[in-house]
Amino acid sequence: MDARKESEPARMKNRTNVERKSERELVVTRTFNAPARIVFEAWTRPELFKQWWVPKSCGASLLDCEMDVRTGGKYRLVFGAPTSQQMEFFGRYVEVVPPTRIVWTNDEGGEGGAVTTVTFEDKGEQTVLIIHDLYASKKALDEALASGSTDGMPETLDQLDALLTRKP
Amino acid sequence: MVQYSRTHLDASFAALSDTTRRGVLEQLGRADASITALAQKFEMTITGMKKHVGVLEQAGLVTTKKVGRVRTCKLGPRRLEEEAAWLERYRQLWAARFDELDDVVEQLKQKELKQKETVDGRKKRE
Repeated sequence: MDARKESEPARMKNRTNVERKSERELVVTRTFNAPARIVFEAWTRPELFKQWWVPKSCGASLLDCEMDVRTGGKYRLVFGAPTSQQMEFFGRYVEVVPPTRIVWTNDEGGEGGAVTTVTFEDKGEQTVLIIHDLYASKKALDEALASGSTDGMPETLDQLDALLTRKP
Repeated sequence: MVQYSRTHLDASFAALSDTTRRGVLEQLGRADASITALAQKFEMTITGMKKHVGVLEQAGLVTTKKVGRVRTCKLGPRRLEEEAAWLERYRQLWAARFDELDDVVEQLKQKELKQKETVDGRKKRE
């Protein structure tokens, strides 16, 4: 197999798709140019996860990140931004099947939080990543959608708020 | 990107806080309907239904049009637009996150490649 040259120009970013698949389901899809085991590793090793989970453009930072990525394990993420209160997200890994599947609960909002399933579909040199959020009810998803609509665009925790209501 | 004020959202939530009004939205999601038909369906007076439709109309969730003596109601633009705007913003945030994940993934790939080259090199020398 031929190794890629370092000088190869930056490839086009792969497209991220979001779809409200049903009254209770939200689905995000994205292809990565690497086998599933690599994408899975970047997702599940805390020191790597920290490098990408909070985009630099959003101005917030990950203050604390505990992830026990195995079936029955727990996670806890704490975010902060200079001008806002800290926010905490936590839950439990319901199922972890390396390198193909992670399912976790989003418990910071109490009972009835969404359940997130991430699937890593190995396509050889590529991986199709699918994030599937299943909400307890139509109302729960409607409210999540509504809470994300805030007045300004580039504020930090408001964005995160919308984004992080279902985590790692 | 379209932005929405809190007032709009408050109006939407107030409108959605009532079971009948949510039922009316569901009904209109299936097909347009006249006030009279809605009143019958939800077993209330035409005046009562007019009030509910008025609240939904003010929140931008429903639009009505009078043709002859019949006032027809249909779903308004607001709800779908708002949802579309939210989904687009959500998409952008994930896209930003994934672009950084690309970098991490690329680093891991390179590392793996180097390790492989080292191992192959050793094998060749042996």
